[in-house]
Amino acid sequence: MNLSNLLSVTPYPALSAAIWLGLLVALLYLARSSGHKLILVFCRTLHDAMAHTADALTRTEAQLAARNREVLLAAGREAKERIIEREFDRVAASVEKDLGAYPRFQRELSESIVRIEEDYQKTVDVPPEPPGWVKAVDAVAKIDARNNNLVGDILADIHKSLVKAHEHAMDEYRGASRKRHELLRGMMPLWRSIQHNLTHVNKNVESLLDRSRSIDRHMQEYEEMARGTDRALQVLSSSSLVQFFISAFVLLVAVGGAAINFSLIARPMAEMVGGTSFIGGFQTADIAALVIILVEISMGLFLMESLRITRLFPVIGALADKLRVRMIWITFTILLFLASVEAGLAYMREILMQDELATSALLRGGDVIENDFAWITTAAQMGMGFTLPFALVFVAIPLETFVHSLRTIVGLLGIGALRLMGLFLRALGGTFQLAGSVLIRLYDMIVFLPLWAELTFSKRGDSNTDIYPEVR
Amino acid sequence: MKRMLAILGVGLVVGGCSEPGPRNTGVYLLLDTSGTYTAQLDKAEQIINYTLTRLDGEDSFAVARIDTGSFSERDIVAKVTFDDRPSAANGQKRAFSETIHSFLGGVQPASNTDITGGMLQAVEFLNEKDSGRKTIFLFSDLEEDLQEGYVRDIPIPLDGFEVVALNVTKLTSDNIDPREYLDRLEMWRARVEGEGGTWRVINDLDRLERLL
Repeated sequence: MNLSNLLSVTPYPALSAAIWLGLLVALLYLARSSGHKLILVFCRTLHDAMAHTADALTRTEAQLAARNREVLLAAGREAKERIIEREFDRVAASVEKDLGAYPRFQRELSESIVRIEEDYQKTVDVPPEPPGWVKAVDAVAKIDARNNNLVGDILADIHKSLVKAHEHAMDEYRGASRKRHELLRGMMPLWRSIQHNLTHVNKNVESLLDRSRSIDRHMQEYEEMARGTDRALQVLSSSSLVQFFISAFVLLVAVGGAAINFSLIARPMAEMVGGTSFIGGFQTADIAALVIILVEISMGLFLMESLRITRLFPVIGALADKLRVRMIWITFTILLFLASVEAGLAYMREILMQDELATSALLRGGDVIENDFAWITTAAQMGMGFTLPFALVFVAIPLETFVHSLRTIVGLLGIGALRLMGLFLRALGGTFQLAGSVLIRLYDMIVFLPLWAELTFSKRGDSNTDIYPEVR
Repeated sequence: MKRMLAILGVGLVVGGCSEPGPRNTGVYLLLDTSGTYTAQLDKAEQIINYTLTRLDGEDSFAVARIDTGSFSERDIVAKVTFDDRPSAANGQKRAFSETIHSFLGGVQPASNTDITGGMLQAVEFLNEKDSGRKTIFLFSDLEEDLQEGYVRDIPIPLDGFEVVALNVTKLTSDNIDPREYLDRLEMWRARVEGEGGTWRVINDLDRLERLL
């Protein structure tokens, strides 16, 4: 039954429409109470569904936040443990290296002190003994020599002997002084050695004190993390965000390096695997070049894991030291081999380009332009081909940071998304509830005529008529 | 960079898909060596060398002359399928160019022009090579002049072929009545397209980048 059929119940479409409208209004008026309830139930159901979903989302958000908090704290604790562990390693190394030499220092110091003491004893200034016959000489000297020639001769001889003895005593004294000075001069290096040793010891002790202060600080932070304080969480969150962006930037740089590496080896790779075979719509040579780069990156990851610089694969970190060292050598050898292959391919690339240029020039009827500086390009390409694989090894470090910080970032984004969805659903639920009231009033607008009549008649009998009993 | 990422992403996804059809190109160049047209052959070398620069590994290229009876392998001057190693392909290109150069230096004018026979030979050659893209270059004035007794009023199976007429020169009679030239071009276009092929004319040899 279409509209034209409906409008043809009477010869006048307007009349037919009026009849149908009247019937509709009468029907709606009769079913008003049920209609209101239906609208209300429908809207309330939608509102409740939205509210329950929003509650569920809030609970999920809380769980995710708790999970994120755990992840963040666990990551922070792990990082801090690593730092503290390394600090202790450094302290141990320092103790082993520096304090291990303390017995030697002590022996050297003791020897130096003994030697200084001995030298000091030797440098004691012994006053020259006064000659025993000085009094006799004094008595003889009082005799008047002018009346006695014999006395004069004796005095002259005594004087001569005295001068000689004096000179001899002076020579001895000078010799002894010189010896003492030499001994004192010889003490200088011993003093310096003692000073040097003591400075060294002081430096070591200060270094140890610095390290112990650093360990104290890290331990305090670790304790805060262990307690799960908000401050620790805030620090870790901001640190994680910073690490995420920095590592993403470094990874982008690494991707650029990998792209350059790719362009260096993709073309000459065609000489090895052919330039016209395809896998899934892509040249096999391109795929082979990409595989080489990916293998290099994988080897770099394994090398970094074996060196215990990164901890992406716990299995490698847990290997026995002997096996781990073997793995270091194996991965390094593979990397070296691949780097050599890349250098060769880079050289091949230059040869191919020159060959292609020569062929093109020949076919176009031009002359081949000899470039005297082509060796610079070739050498640069080979150097890059050899260096880039080793440079890509270090991708492992930002990659590890990126992966770890990504967990936090994804968690934060998830929390944000859930919160937004919850808010949206609550708002939507509220809108549905409001829409229920609006729809009831719209309903009544359609049946306003019989409703007005009902109100008019009922007012005569009862002035407290409630036209919206369901809404309350 | 984009290519690398595309390979990384898409290559892994579609790696296991079915093998796509052949991607190589097959080019067959027919050289008109009839009396009036031999003066134009120096231009042909330019076209051949340019074509060589545009072809890659596993592409096929053959140059054949149009003479009295062109439906014959003997009319193929040089043919090659390039190695998929770029260095080897470059060597083949140089050798091919030298062969063509020596041929064009001593070419003898033919008394008749059997274009249809040459095209049939081209179709046969390119179908044998099973190239993904099949192109026939027609270096001729398109004036067919068959010897008596030669039957060439036969269909040429050109479905999937691209026919490019190059350097279609005007004959003296064309200058008198240009309709003859236009009719000749139209006749060949209708014949090629009627057989399912595509038809192009390139007379400006300074713009060969449209060739392939």
